[in-house]
Amino acid sequence: MASYEYDLLVLGAGPGGYVAAIRAAQLGLKAAVIEKDKPGGVCLNIGCIPSKALLHEAEVVRTAEELKALGAAVDLSRLDYSQAFSKSRKAADTLSRGVVYLLKKNKVELVAGEGLIKGPHEIAVKGGKTLTGKFLLVATGSRPRPLPGFDFDEQAVLSSNGALMLEKLPRRVCILGGGAIGVEFAHIMSAFGVEVHLVEMLEQLLPLEDSEAVEVLARSFKKRGINIYTGTKASGYSRDGSVLKVSLEGKSGGKTLEVEQILLVVGRMPNTEGIGLESLGLKTERGFIPVGDYCQTSVPGVYAIGDVVPTPMLAHVASKEGEIAAEHMAGRPGRPRLDPLGIPGAVYCEPQLASFGYTEKKAREAGIAFEKAVCPYRAAGKSVAVGRPEGLVKILVDKESREIIGAHVVGAEATELIHELLLARSAELLPEDVATMIHAHPTLSEAVMEAARVAEGWAIQI
Amino acid sequence: MAEPILMLALSPTMEEGTITRWHKKEGDTVANGDLLCEVETDKAVMEYESVNQGTLLAILVPDGGRARVGAPIAVVGKPGEDVSAFQPEVRAMAPEAPRQEPAVASAAQAREPAAARGGEAAPMGAAAPSSGLRRIKASPLARRLARERSLDLGGVRGSGPGGRVVKRDLELAGAAGLAAEGRAAAVPGAGAGKPAPAGGAGARAFGPAGGRRLPISGKRRVIAQRVWESKQNAPHYYIKIDLIADRLLEARQRLNARLPAQGGEGKVSLNSFLIKLSAETLKRHPVVNSSWQGDHIFSYDRADIGLAVAQEDGLITPVVRDCGAKGILAIERELVDLIARARANRLRPEEYTGATFTITNLGSYGILEFSAIINPPGSAILAVGRVRREPVVEEGDQLRIRSKLILTLSCDHRVVDGAVGAAFLSDLKAMIEDPIEALL
Repeated sequence: MASYEYDLLVLGAGPGGYVAAIRAAQLGLKAAVIEKDKPGGVCLNIGCIPSKALLHEAEVVRTAEELKALGAAVDLSRLDYSQAFSKSRKAADTLSRGVVYLLKKNKVELVAGEGLIKGPHEIAVKGGKTLTGKFLLVATGSRPRPLPGFDFDEQAVLSSNGALMLEKLPRRVCILGGGAIGVEFAHIMSAFGVEVHLVEMLEQLLPLEDSEAVEVLARSFKKRGINIYTGTKASGYSRDGSVLKVSLEGKSGGKTLEVEQILLVVGRMPNTEGIGLESLGLKTERGFIPVGDYCQTSVPGVYAIGDVVPTPMLAHVASKEGEIAAEHMAGRPGRPRLDPLGIPGAVYCEPQLASFGYTEKKAREAGIAFEKAVCPYRAAGKSVAVGRPEGLVKILVDKESREIIGAHVVGAEATELIHELLLARSAELLPEDVATMIHAHPTLSEAVMEAARVAEGWAIQI
Repeated sequence: MAEPILMLALSPTMEEGTITRWHKKEGDTVANGDLLCEVETDKAVMEYESVNQGTLLAILVPDGGRARVGAPIAVVGKPGEDVSAFQPEVRAMAPEAPRQEPAVASAAQAREPAAARGGEAAPMGAAAPSSGLRRIKASPLARRLARERSLDLGGVRGSGPGGRVVKRDLELAGAAGLAAEGRAAAVPGAGAGKPAPAGGAGARAFGPAGGRRLPISGKRRVIAQRVWESKQNAPHYYIKIDLIADRLLEARQRLNARLPAQGGEGKVSLNSFLIKLSAETLKRHPVVNSSWQGDHIFSYDRADIGLAVAQEDGLITPVVRDCGAKGILAIERELVDLIARARANRLRPEEYTGATFTITNLGSYGILEFSAIINPPGSAILAVGRVRREPVVEEGDQLRIRSKLILTLSCDHRVVDGAVGAAFLSDLKAMIEDPIEALL
């Protein structure tokens, strides 16, 4: 029998790869992670974490308005975005060091360098040695998707990477792509005083989210002066000195936007080229690696997780898949596979939007007989008391089984509120269980309880 | 003083019974030993003889109604006594079903067939801990689904946290034969690929496919549970042998020719021969006549052989006891009686339980060969195909037409290893091919 230096070689130390390596180590496997950049991946370094730091700063600025309403003299004239930027970098650096520490604590070897897969048990590190392992895990993540006619130069046309590394914001920006990333940048930039033009090709912002919830968010954005163009495409742009002229097509066709920078956030694409998949004979489908229930590829011993497989491109999905793959390698595939209806999505702007499972539209398309229950935030006294009355909680329930098949929350703290309903789903509780559980008063969570009561047909507060 | 007549456990596994017919009516006098009513248990229709005396004051559970073991089904006492204190138990009144109606108020109301009392109370109350003694851990969704589909959660193994039964387990158990096509898509592993994103195929659990909800009879439930448990617990393997049956058929013919003519029915069946020869073979391979008991193996000191008998609404395996000690005529006599009563649903529990070895024969349907599910507590089951006439190359390259037969033995590998099962089957073949072997 062949012997290998490691039980597991992980290519990529993002939220999928490092979690998989640690889980494997916990289960007694000897693991190494190969990372060409900073540990923590996009999420930690140029994604979720620094953007959330900026979002927080944006919120701080926005609450200055509330201070003014209390009569305080608030002077935002010396507001310096570069300070917010450096705070976001600090957060990223701190957490990246945290990953290094966690790997070390769990005796996972971190190998710095670019890895190239040489075979089912071999990864060559550029300028270094070749490592061998019994199992291989591809966790190379994704990168911003380009658009013809809008080449990323990170000067005029920014990717999310470039946008997160800006030390100074433009005065006017055109954001192409109304998905979660575009909406979050629109929120941040607008809070810091940037004139934002948000362009989405499909008929609504956040096209994958429930339209009733998105409507609440879009209304709030418009009220704050964010310009939204749905059903609209940018056909190209031209330079006029320091001004970029973006011409629009579609519903807002004929219009030309004059901005200083373009932020192109139309999605992400898997990093599956140039990593040596061909040496495994592994074929990709539209760039993604097809895998089984436990993230096994068609090559025995080789697994793939996260953004390189065709599941939602979310850090928490990658981490969960990392756990599933590691447990399978260690011969402990006890856990059920991912529940596709149990994956939460969260959009961090104000108001926040969070969801899981079916939207109304998707449920209808799937031919499911369902009931929807909606409770506006206003029904929970606290939302009014703290001045965040806009928002709603919506639950979709299978008519026959009463199973919770989807939930959508938009409003303050929505990304926290969603978890009560998600726990209910994953523990297979019924709306009745949520409706009858005592919720503390006054809390925003009361809106969740009330929505469950709506589902049960006995709403009290609305 | 008026007292209740309770539903008794008329079979060892009975948890509930359906009263198929009352033989007494309200106002009748009841003496000890009188036939009160007939009760369909999980396996058969049993006669319920009274252990009470007096006048039958009220029938609480009417014809067609169901009652848990221990629940009152009627009231007996002196004429004119007040019976209002006695109420039929409303089943499905388990703690997890708090929304249901409180107990039905009077005996009169209870006289409606259970089904008329509305959807919730009528079907079995399967989600309720069936005996009331054992708490079944299950998610609220699983309980609801079980209630809807009249499934007994007691027979479902839970894979959730702490052994909790979750929705997935119900689908894996596949115990319900309802709307199978609608749910097939939800069976985990049905699509080998990735989980579909929300809205994709496979996410849908309960399709609106057309069809009817069929109630599950007590018997069907027991069959489902037993075959499921057997297939879940006993690692099955199957071995197959093809043999020449001419000498056995000839022996049968000669024996039958000697029997006084009683019409076709009186002849010794092929099954009796197979039972007798199996019993002889079991003597030589006692390991096959054993049972896995978790912490030990129990080796039976006699061969009690069951024969699978098809009924209109299920199947049952009447058992001929101690076949090794009985002659073939005795076996045949018992078998004829057992089969006749099995078809009429009149077997007593001790007549269809505890087979140490089982034979199942689908030859009469023209089945060439098949593999059967072991009938616990036994460790092996013999599946018999049809006798067919076929050319056989014999010694000296002679071509002869022979009667051939395929036997398939399903074994529980925990008890019977492959070589042991093979040796058994090979010896059985030798006996069938030349019944003199049985004498050796």
